[in-house]
Amino acid sequence: MRITEHPILGESNKGRLVTFYFDGKPIEGYEAEPIAAALRAAGVMVHRHTQKGNSPRGIFCAIGRCTDCVMVVDGKPNVRTCVTPLTEGMTVQTQDGVSAKQ
Amino acid sequence: MKRYDVIVVGAGPAGLSAAIEAAKRGLKVIVFDENVKPGGQLFKQIHKFFGSKEHKAKIRGFKIGEDLLNEAEAAGVEVVLNAAVVGLYLDKEVVVQLNGEVNHFKGDAIIVATGASENMITFDGWTLPGVIGAGAAQTMMNLHHIRPGKKVLMLGTGNVGLVVSYQLMQSGCEVVALVDAAPRIGGYGVHAAKVARCGVPYYLSHTIIKAHGSDYVTGVTIGQVDANWNIVPGSEKEFEVDTICLAVGLSPMSQLLKMAGCDMAENPAKGGYVPTCNSYGETSIPGLFVAGDVSGIEEASSAMIEGRIAGVAAAHRLGFIDALELEEKSQELERALLSLREGMFSPENKGKEVKKTEEGYLVSSNLLTKGYLTAEEVLTYPGVTQSSGIHPVIECSQNIPCNPCQDACVKKCITIGEKITSLPVVDETASCTGCGMCVAACSGQSIFLVNEDVEDGTTAVTIPYEFLPLPEKGTKGIALDRSGAEICQAEIVEIKNVRAFDRTSLLTMKVPLEMGMKARFFKCVQEV
Repeated sequence: MRITEHPILGESNKGRLVTFYFDGKPIEGYEAEPIAAALRAAGVMVHRHTQKGNSPRGIFCAIGRCTDCVMVVDGKPNVRTCVTPLTEGMTVQTQDGVSAKQ
Repeated sequence: MKRYDVIVVGAGPAGLSAAIEAAKRGLKVIVFDENVKPGGQLFKQIHKFFGSKEHKAKIRGFKIGEDLLNEAEAAGVEVVLNAAVVGLYLDKEVVVQLNGEVNHFKGDAIIVATGASENMITFDGWTLPGVIGAGAAQTMMNLHHIRPGKKVLMLGTGNVGLVVSYQLMQSGCEVVALVDAAPRIGGYGVHAAKVARCGVPYYLSHTIIKAHGSDYVTGVTIGQVDANWNIVPGSEKEFEVDTICLAVGLSPMSQLLKMAGCDMAENPAKGGYVPTCNSYGETSIPGLFVAGDVSGIEEASSAMIEGRIAGVAAAHRLGFIDALELEEKSQELERALLSLREGMFSPENKGKEVKKTEEGYLVSSNLLTKGYLTAEEVLTYPGVTQSSGIHPVIECSQNIPCNPCQDACVKKCITIGEKITSLPVVDETASCTGCGMCVAACSGQSIFLVNEDVEDGTTAVTIPYEFLPLPEKGTKGIALDRSGAEICQAEIVEIKNVRAFDRTSLLTMKVPLEMGMKARFFKCVQEV
């Protein structure tokens, strides 16, 4: 899903690849890119399930407004993954309601 | 509590422009923005802008953003990021969330330039992962270099829907269709045409019935709507997609202004709930200004001018400049703003069907429903001539505010005149050298060079091309017509890509003689 070369923007240069943990599984992403971007590149679509209907949610606005993409990041729930920069070793968990998926 | 002459909320095109003008006049200015980076949505805009030179026409949005940041730095504007303004109270007290704390600031003048948020529309399955805003698609591909999906259906044919569809294809996604409940394409015809010639179909008077999938989008069903917005039975069509993109308008983010107690009004021509303000952008509260989309949905080009006007007016309000300087500067800016607001896409024409151009040319209904001009219709516009030798063919048929083609031609082949919304006229007697500057300068990619007098009895057609992989000289492929239909074999005979073209490549393809006025896109024959 990554665009390595773009007709207008040229070659993508996103810096350093780091490892983070998605539901315990190691995944690579670029340091400081939004967590959501790294997840999308890895093919992860579902970020959380709603409390009421247990229905899946993912990226919707990608600019921090809609809060659809929130997850449990380093143990903290409701983190907007589309505007939170990825750091090395970060733990990212699918959120069920307001807690990490069991 | 820290005090400033001017506090600007939002570091997008309007806010930065306002801050620059105020700071240049000696005011102490601070800009708060909730994002990690300044520039608002400008850095996602990779297309060439419309307008004239004073509006930075034919410059790509992200470059305009870079220039604006440099200008702000030079003017001494202080920009604070990761700073969400959460309150605007009496006596211009601004409450900002910074580093997890709530801070209070006070400004003698406040300029609110918070922009807009995307509208959404609900349908069965609309909350599934894979249903995203068009702005989200732009953010993912143009900022973070991630394809939002492999196969995309776009809902909405305003300029955002059209431009983002094209950008999706530029980033390597397949756009399967553009859908709009309205009976006509809402955005510029030239934007629609550049998508249509790639072979993307339009479904007007159609809407989304259902997004399929249990965990994420796997497909979508659309259907035709009748005059009462009910689905016409039997009109359903299904597409296999992994992404549904919504480009159904923007709403001003005016909450802070309401909170501050400004007089507000629901104004459909401005896109929603906006503060009432005078021509300087000053609201009912003296010293509280607005600029950009928060005061009415428009383009980034007009937001930048509104910002500059508000910045100058704030300087006057605080006594840094006299009434004469305010008048002089604001009149100059006002003129630039008005020229952008003319033509058939002016705010007062919003939602109306314009049947004729200002010059009296018929607007093509084919363009408004299918996204392209027919081969017969093209010949009726003043930018299209059938002269001998190489010459420009300008397929520009609507009054839109744009004139870079006029300046691009050193041989004066192209005239638009004083009014930048007029249709370009090609002078048959002027001698085109085939330099291609007009082709690359056209933000709507609606200029082609045609030469029907090539010695071997073929026609050479030069097209603007902004995709990868770039074909090479000698690449054989298929020419597509304006609808994206394959019409004949074509061979690339020349590729031009000079710095002045700003990443628009010019492909010249050789097609049979009779195809010169039909072939408008080139498809490489895939080698698998």
